[in-house]
Amino acid sequence: MAKFDTNDDSVVVIIGSGASGGTLANELCQKGVKVVLLEAGKRQSTATFVNDEWKSFAQLGWLDKRTTSGTWRVAKDFPELPAWVCKTVGGTTTHWAGASLRFHDYEFKARSTYGAIEGANLLDWPISLSDLAPYYARAEYKMGVTRTNGIPGLPGNNNFKIMYDGARKVGYQSCHTGRMAINSQPRAGRASCMQLGFCFQGCKSGAKWSTLYTEIPAAAATGKLDLRPESHVTRIDTNAAGKASSVVYIDANGKAQRQRARVVCVAGNSIETARLLLLSESAAFPHGLANSSGRVGRNYMRHTTGSVYGVFKEPVHFYRGTVMAGIVTDEAVFNPKRGFAGGYELETISLGLPFAAAFLAPGAWGSEFTYYLDNYTRLAGMWIVGEDMPRETNRITLNHDVKDRFGLPVANVHYDDHPNDIAMRNHAYGQGEAIYAAVGAIKTLRTTPYPSTHNLGTCRMSDKARDGVCNKHGQTHDVKNLFISDGSQFTTGGAENPTLTIVSLAIRQSDYIAAQMRRRSI
Amino acid sequence: MPRAIPIPVVSHAATVLAQGAAHLAGAAQVSRRRFLKDSAVLSGLLAAGSPLALLAPSRAWALELTHLDTSQANAIMALAKTLYPHATLPDAVYALVVKDIDAKMSDEKTAELVKGGVAKLDQAADGKWASATAAQRTAIVTAQQADPFVQRVRAQCITSLYNNDMAFAHFGYEGEAFSKGGYVHRGFNDLTWLPNPPTDASPPVA
Repeated sequence: MAKFDTNDDSVVVIIGSGASGGTLANELCQKGVKVVLLEAGKRQSTATFVNDEWKSFAQLGWLDKRTTSGTWRVAKDFPELPAWVCKTVGGTTTHWAGASLRFHDYEFKARSTYGAIEGANLLDWPISLSDLAPYYARAEYKMGVTRTNGIPGLPGNNNFKIMYDGARKVGYQSCHTGRMAINSQPRAGRASCMQLGFCFQGCKSGAKWSTLYTEIPAAAATGKLDLRPESHVTRIDTNAAGKASSVVYIDANGKAQRQRARVVCVAGNSIETARLLLLSESAAFPHGLANSSGRVGRNYMRHTTGSVYGVFKEPVHFYRGTVMAGIVTDEAVFNPKRGFAGGYELETISLGLPFAAAFLAPGAWGSEFTYYLDNYTRLAGMWIVGEDMPRETNRITLNHDVKDRFGLPVANVHYDDHPNDIAMRNHAYGQGEAIYAAVGAIKTLRTTPYPSTHNLGTCRMSDKARDGVCNKHGQTHDVKNLFISDGSQFTTGGAENPTLTIVSLAIRQSDYIAAQMRRRSI
Repeated sequence: MPRAIPIPVVSHAATVLAQGAAHLAGAAQVSRRRFLKDSAVLSGLLAAGSPLALLAPSRAWALELTHLDTSQANAIMALAKTLYPHATLPDAVYALVVKDIDAKMSDEKTAELVKGGVAKLDQAADGKWASATAAQRTAIVTAQQADPFVQRVRAQCITSLYNNDMAFAHFGYEGEAFSKGGYVHRGFNDLTWLPNPPTDASPPVA
C-alpha cells in the first residue's frame, strides 16, 4: 500500500470505497494515477464477517444518526434509519445481494418516454444506453456477472422454485436465477457460491463481488493506492480559483486531517454525498458546494419497494441459499396501461429468523403477526424493486437541530410517495400475491418498504447546468475538478438494482478523469 | 453431537432498528451477588416433548434477577406472551425478555419506566395483570399499545425472543451456515413438492 503525504496535491482523493469509489480507485490506479481512498468505516474481511444478522448489522451498517420526514412509511417504521447502507471498507458492496442488471434504453429517456408527470421532475439522462453499453460489458466482466461472458447462471434454491412455478402459472415468460455478481463457478481467484444464505451479512465465501476483496486489493497492488479506513470526511475546501483543493477528515484517533488534492471524487452514497456538499458551504458557494442549481440533495430516489411473503403447507426453508435467488423481469417494461409509468422487477428475498421478526411487519404484534413466525419454515418471499418518480421536494437537507458526534448537522431524508409510486407498488403487491396464490399459498403478507438500500439522484446528471449538479461524466457543473461518482448521479432511477450501473459509470468516469488529467484540463 | 443450549442464553442482539443504532449487549455476568436480599429468581421446566429439552443440558432453567422483583418479572413475562404469543414456545425463551429488561434497569430512567409501566398494566387489570386471561391481556395491551413502556418491551421482545439458539431450534431456523459448508450440499434446493424449474432458468450446481 502506498502512503502519500497530506500535502501532496497531485493525488486524486476519492471519498467512499463502495461500488463506485472502490471501482474508480482501482481503475485510476491501473492507469498510474495516485489515489487517496478515504473510507469512514473499518476494514473487515471474509474471515471477520459473521453469519449473524444483528451482529453483522452492527459490524457493517451505517449507524450514524439521521432523521426522516415526509409521508413515506419508512419515516414511521424506521424514523432514524432511512437507509440501510454500510460504513466499512467496500461500502454497501459488502451488503448487496448481487443483482446486476442493465438499464433499458427507455429508462435513460424517462422524460421523453413517460411524458410530463405532475409532481414528478423527470429528465432524460445526458447519456444513452449505447454510451454506457461498452462500460456495462466491462463491469459485467470485472464483476463476473452470471449469464454474461459465458458464466453459467446460479442454481435456484427452494424460494426460487416457488417463484418460478407461480410466475409461469400466472403467465410470466421471463423468470430465472438472475444476472448475479456471485460466482457460479470459481473465477478471478474467488470460490463459487456455498449457498450460505447470508448475502446481506458480508459473503464469507467471497463468491459475491465486493470492492473489499476485488478492486481494492487490485488497486493496492499497483502501488498507487493509499487506502485510509476510519477516515470520516467532514468538508471539501476550495481555493481562490474555485477548484476543490483539499479534503478535511477525522481520522481513527479523532484527529482532524487535511489532504490536499488535484481532483476530488465524492462516492459516499446518495445521502452522505449530498450532505457533504451541503456541509462544504463557503463564501464562494453559499448554498453548498457545486450547488448553484439548488439541486444538491433534491430528486432523492430510493426505488419503489415492498415485499410479499407467502405461507405454504409444505416446507420451504427460504433462508437457505442466495437471498436474491431469482427474478421475474416481465414487469420491467414501459406499459402505461397498468396505470403507472416505469417498470418493476420481482426478486426473491429471504430473512433469517431474527430479521423476520424485525422486518416482516415492522411494529406489529399479536397473533396475526406471530402466525408468520410460527410458519417460518414454510415461508417464501419476494421483493419489489421499481422505478420511483424523482421529485424536487424529496430531498436530503441538513438537520441543524440534530448533530453527529463531530457536532455537524445530520442528514434529514424527506420523501413523499408519488401517486405513480403507490400505483406501481399496489400493482406489484397484487402480482406477487397472484404468483404465490398460484402455488397454493395459504396466506400472503404485504410488507412495507425497508430502509432504502438504493439511494439515488441527489446530485443528478444533466445536460444543462441549471437542471442538475453534474454533467454526463459526473463532473460537477460548478467545480471542474470535483466529481460525483456514486448513485447520486442518476438522473432517474430505472427499475433495476443500481449497482451494475454505478460500477459502469465509475469505469467510464475513470477514463474521463485520466484523459482530462493527461490534458491538464483538471 | 447435540448442541448444548446454555440457559439462560445471553442475547447478543442489537437494539431495534427503530432506535436507529445497534449496540451489542454485554457478556453474561459471571459473578452474582447472591446475598442480595431482593434478588428474585424466575424458574421453570422445559416440557418433556419440547425439541429444546432434547438439546438442553437440563430441562430445568432458572433466571436470577438483579433489579426486578418476582411480581414485576411475571408481569413482563405476561406482557411478552401477550405481544408475541406462540402456543408452544417454552417459557425459558420468554424469560430472556425479562432477563434483558432486568439487565437494563441499572439505568435509572429505564427502571422508572418499567416500574411505572408494570403498575399501569396491573391497574388496568384490577391488580391481576399476570393472572388475567389472554383475551383480557390483549385488550389491555391494545388500549395501551402506544405507551412507552409497552413499546420498550415490544422492541426488546424482537431481539430477545427471536435471536437465540432456543428460538432458532423452536422455529426451525438453522442459523450460522458457513462452518457447515453452507447449504450447497445441505438442502438449499431440496423442495420436492413442486417440479424443478428447467435448467435454463435454474442451472445445476456447477
